[in-house]
Amino acid sequence: MSLMQELNGKALRLGIPLSVHFDVTYRCNERCEHCYLDHEDHGEMSATEICGVLDELAAVGVFFLTLSGGEPFIRRELFEILEHARALQFNVKLKTNAVLVGEREAQRLRALGVEQVQVSVYSHQPEVHDGITKLRGSLKRTLAGIQHLRSAGLKVTIANVLMRSNVQDSAGVQSLAASLGAHYTLDPTITPLMDGGTSVLQYRIPAQELDKVFRNPNLVGDVEGFCAPPSPVDEDVREGLPCSAGHTACYISPYGDVYPCVQFPLPCGNVRRQAFLDIWKKSPQLAEVRSIRGKDLTSCSSCAHLGSCTRCPGLAYMEGNMRGPSSADCEKSFARTGIPSAGMLSHSGGARGVQGLVQIRPL
Amino acid sequence: MSEKYIARSSAVASRVLDGEIVIMSALDSTLFSLSEVATMIWQSADGLTPLSEIVQQRICAEFNVTPDTAYQDAEAFVEDLARHGILRVSSRPIPENGSGNRADS
Repeated sequence: MSLMQELNGKALRLGIPLSVHFDVTYRCNERCEHCYLDHEDHGEMSATEICGVLDELAAVGVFFLTLSGGEPFIRRELFEILEHARALQFNVKLKTNAVLVGEREAQRLRALGVEQVQVSVYSHQPEVHDGITKLRGSLKRTLAGIQHLRSAGLKVTIANVLMRSNVQDSAGVQSLAASLGAHYTLDPTITPLMDGGTSVLQYRIPAQELDKVFRNPNLVGDVEGFCAPPSPVDEDVREGLPCSAGHTACYISPYGDVYPCVQFPLPCGNVRRQAFLDIWKKSPQLAEVRSIRGKDLTSCSSCAHLGSCTRCPGLAYMEGNMRGPSSADCEKSFARTGIPSAGMLSHSGGARGVQGLVQIRPL
Repeated sequence: MSEKYIARSSAVASRVLDGEIVIMSALDSTLFSLSEVATMIWQSADGLTPLSEIVQQRICAEFNVTPDTAYQDAEAFVEDLARHGILRVSSRPIPENGSGNRADS
């Protein structure tokens, strides 16, 4: 067992939120076509409020802190927040489009001991990348930002969200990452809008393209292993937890709302009205999330993919039932193995029949 | 034997979980979980107290171990953490915000 697994096990046993994803703003300088956020500021927390929440998070044992947005560099006080976070000894990861990262910003991040920076790049071709971000010149500026980050000695991961419009460019982005000395990660997940809207799902890559992605050794490594039929479901899997959301991880919005995960918009409390620890320990919503085991899942509990599926309870929640299947993950399991999921078999509409998402409202 | 001074690097993250310190280096993302003795050394790494004094006054006072053995173990631990950029080591006191890893060790 690795030290990280031991650490996660300990956090789970002790009820510690080891990892927190904290969006410091939803405002952004890009308007990515697939983005799930409302970029208007509806009253985001002040830097002082955010620093106060960070104090609470450190006190309860949070170790891994991801600061993101929106675009975090839109906030003038970002470095004030980062300095406070580092003074509290968090392991800090920053997610940004790097458009506003110059040499000075990169060096400050390095001096602060930010552990890594994740930057979204959609294509190596400006017309494709800028077409997605709706910001002219954004690829050029993003790459300049990455170069500043790398020159300062920071670890950079290029996150490549794959969509209809850029699925053909994964190899180009991968080469770009290699040439910049950055890590590469891909993600074919498109998340519905925070208000439940499904319009952005039109950007999901088609099933036949997903098949190709999952059989590309440059993208998934060991294709045979990745696409292998699922192992028989055993008792450990049936008694297992769906994921870390709400167990050792959670998400905090710029308005102070606490959710189990950035992709699981179930309102559990608000840190402006309640201490974080109270929410973490006493929220009925989190208690419900924590009560769910593999055997409790609708359809999925009888699915052959139960032990190997990437099922996201947040996406399932957005489809109306946190215990139900997430159609996007059903589709991925099918694309990997050619074996239909129980969720697909029980819905005549198939995996793409995403309708009637829940509407997300704050508590 | 030349004296050694140790200071915690500013490029690390750390947290006490259930009485144990967990440390991660921002330089190479290595994760450490420190033992009780290592925790003592880590907490005493103020850049001003010589390692020999940390060993003598904290470790030997707390554990049944000879000063020579304790010092050798402490030195190996310190060198390991220094390699990962977690501790700074110098033959001179390291003032707060002092620059450079392994100043001259």
